[in-house]
Amino acid sequence: MTKKRSRLIAEGSEWTLENLALYDAEIGRVAREFGLDCYRHQLEIITAEQMMDAYAAIGMPVYYHHWSFGKHFLETENRYKRGQMGLAYEIVINSDPCIAYLMEENTLTMQALVIAHAGYGHNSFFKGNHLFKQWTSADAIIDYLVFARHYIAECEERHGVDAVEHLLDACHALGNLGVDRYKRSPPLSLEKEKVRQREREAYLQAQVNDLWRTLPRHDATVSAAEERRFPEEPEENLLYFVEKNAPLLEPWQREIVRIVRKISQYFYPQRQTQVMNEGWACFWHYTLLNTLYDEGKLNEGFMLEFLQSHTNVVYQPPYNSPWYSGINPYALGFALWRDIRRICETPTDEDRQWFPEIADSDWRETFDFAMRNFKDESFIAQYLSPRLMREFRLFAVLDDDAKAMLKVDAIHDEPGYRALRRNLAEQYNLGSSDPNIQVWNVDLRGDRSLTLRHFAHQRRPLSPASLVVLEHLSTLWGFNVRLEHQNPAGEWTLLAERKTERRKHTDP
Amino acid sequence: MTVRIVDRRQDSRNKSSINRSRFIRRYKGQIRKAVADAIAQRGIRDLENGEKIGISGQDISEPQFHHGQGGVRQSVHPGNDRFQSGDEVERPLGGASGPGRGQASPDGEGLDDFVFTLSRDEFLDIFFEELALPNLVKRQLARIDEYKRVRAGYTQTGVATNINLVRTMRGAAGRRVAVGGPYATRLRSLQAELELALDEMPPDEPEIAHLQREIASLKLRREAIPFIDPFDLRYSNRIRIPQPSTQAVMFCLMDVSGSMDEAKKQMAKRFFMLLYLFLNRNYEHIEVVFIRHHTAAEEVDEENFFHARETGGTIVSSALLLMQRIIGERYASDTWNIYGAQASDGDNWNDDSPKCRELLANAILPWVQYFAYIEITDGEPQNLWDEYEKLTASHAGVFALQHIAAASDIYPVFRELFRKRLA
Repeated sequence: MTKKRSRLIAEGSEWTLENLALYDAEIGRVAREFGLDCYRHQLEIITAEQMMDAYAAIGMPVYYHHWSFGKHFLETENRYKRGQMGLAYEIVINSDPCIAYLMEENTLTMQALVIAHAGYGHNSFFKGNHLFKQWTSADAIIDYLVFARHYIAECEERHGVDAVEHLLDACHALGNLGVDRYKRSPPLSLEKEKVRQREREAYLQAQVNDLWRTLPRHDATVSAAEERRFPEEPEENLLYFVEKNAPLLEPWQREIVRIVRKISQYFYPQRQTQVMNEGWACFWHYTLLNTLYDEGKLNEGFMLEFLQSHTNVVYQPPYNSPWYSGINPYALGFALWRDIRRICETPTDEDRQWFPEIADSDWRETFDFAMRNFKDESFIAQYLSPRLMREFRLFAVLDDDAKAMLKVDAIHDEPGYRALRRNLAEQYNLGSSDPNIQVWNVDLRGDRSLTLRHFAHQRRPLSPASLVVLEHLSTLWGFNVRLEHQNPAGEWTLLAERKTERRKHTDP
Repeated sequence: MTVRIVDRRQDSRNKSSINRSRFIRRYKGQIRKAVADAIAQRGIRDLENGEKIGISGQDISEPQFHHGQGGVRQSVHPGNDRFQSGDEVERPLGGASGPGRGQASPDGEGLDDFVFTLSRDEFLDIFFEELALPNLVKRQLARIDEYKRVRAGYTQTGVATNINLVRTMRGAAGRRVAVGGPYATRLRSLQAELELALDEMPPDEPEIAHLQREIASLKLRREAIPFIDPFDLRYSNRIRIPQPSTQAVMFCLMDVSGSMDEAKKQMAKRFFMLLYLFLNRNYEHIEVVFIRHHTAAEEVDEENFFHARETGGTIVSSALLLMQRIIGERYASDTWNIYGAQASDGDNWNDDSPKCRELLANAILPWVQYFAYIEITDGEPQNLWDEYEKLTASHAGVFALQHIAAASDIYPVFRELFRKRLA
């Protein structure tokens, strides 16, 4: 044995606060040597039950109350107690300082793995990736959630739990389509929200009132110009449109719509970078801990346990396995980052041909560039190599409901590489996996009904649940809501309509 | 730089409890139905635990705009073991989760039940709500008729017999030290001054006389501090704590003749459960004896009690005789608190009913704490009722009878039955 006992970071498998700090110091040192740029971080020791709480609240330490979080908690608890799932041993929050949870049941090895994975892996990704930089302000999110929770609790007191719950249900139903995909949102913060909230309330209401002015008009003022559609440009952010234009919402209701919208927006980058982000964190826990082992600071027992967990996490079952449920983002992401490093360090002729820019480049620089500038879709389109496609034995299947049979239209061979890569990248394109539904028109002069249009992608229909969503939307809008789609002849036809009982107008 | 590690394990447990109760509130209807089903399944003694409840996943899905089945889809899968480009295959391929289906339905429309566990309290809340008795459980069931008096520290008021001398004297001594302290200090310094003065001055100096006067007056004032002040008095405090009797036995008697249908048995079961829960608050240990009867009575287990299908004529006295025998054999000593509850639709042989009344009056009621007869019927009282009614006056507080027509009657009836005894 070449490794001296005295060089180990700590002995045994039980963790203590002291040896967690020792591990963190060592892992942090190696991470800095690799040039990882992180937010400060904080480790929080929690119980299994608290981990389930955290799960239920999508990992956030503070959240407003709603039955759906209770449902998620019960679901998690039940599966955990039946042993169907180990709790993920880590949750990490994109905040500054970045908070990583360590579950008390974990062994010291697992804690070290979580520290490396979350405290340095995810953390550096949050700090570096352009989507997170652009869309989320890590220093303000916790404050904002505190604001949201207080605000919503206040509303419950003033307007009743049922009214708020009903409103939140409706907002949640539209959450996926409550994000701006292209515009940059201003940073969230408690301070600013509080200051701006009141003026916004007043201003918005005034604006809405103006929009819905129903004073009798002189015929002469009705001109062709007023036949313009409203909104002039279709709006894809449904919650935004509702917040700004729904005629009957009270100011507090608008504020809650806004809160759900802001939080949806906060989570949007996570949805866009799952493969990259998890892969990046796996790559770094793997690399950091292996480096420590090479330095003689970890023993074989530690590595054995660590590698077993690591292997479980990055396992990809084949399509015909009973465990198969699609591509495992940890497996694909980890493999992609490893492959990029390989292409940089020991490229083959094939790699040189496919990746002339990165073959033989400095892997750290290439990594840094890739981490900062992509999302899953573009990352895969850019970096998925033929070798990796062969390794995963990928194949693409075309399912056209107009045809009786499925067709395998590309496999991991020379003619198939490009199609395969394009297909896989497309699979991560949220723009096409979320249905494209836009606010098309509001009947300003008539019954105030709202018309949405579904722009079908590859003839894909909407799921039956869409009708329920429409009902939620009509609650928010307060008047009839219509959903149109394009028939095969290219004409727009009515798909569904929700009539709303005119709500009683309550004068203040 | 050392990392900040925060131990949160002692923080806010049950952070999700609000969300959890919101969930239960929201789906009360479905959950109540599931609880009703669960009650049918579960044993009477089993109320100490929560319950696993399943409700339809469809009911609680959170809808979103998603794509449905159909159209053109392209998907990439790993682990190719046999396909060539251009192959055509049947759909779905590779079993339920093959490529034909793609990833698990994103619509959240799986039809699987949503299963979760209600805690005991949540379960009981809903169980009692089924009986239309919100919030009454604690008040009613916490009543206990025997109390033990135990010491619980000291108070400043009380009766003379309870004065605690040691505490009182300790308090008085403390007070004397505290109040006399300033005098003692002053005395010491005056005495020192006096000694100094006596050394330096002639004894008839007015200064000395003044000092001596002051010392004398201080001594007087110190002695005037009362030895015991009313303020010092301490009384031993005694409080009453409920004293559960140690053990009880509960006899469940049920008519299983053909006319007792499933619904009636369920009502009987709820009643017995309520009784069990009630007794459980009072006794550390409860045994339950199940006796069922048609023309003959037998002691059975709970399963058979509620679920066996066997019908015949009705001779109620057979059950009472069996109860009498079991008491004699197993529960004769005074350490047993005996309770009986009889559920029947009241249909009995005419000549058997007077016999039942006699049996109860002479052989059973003298031994039991309480015996309740509930007649589960929506019609007129039957002959058994008429006979039993004759007992109520002579055995008030020990015997009672009530009608139950629907599940919502169970709790009011239960309260009525146990009201007199415990009020």
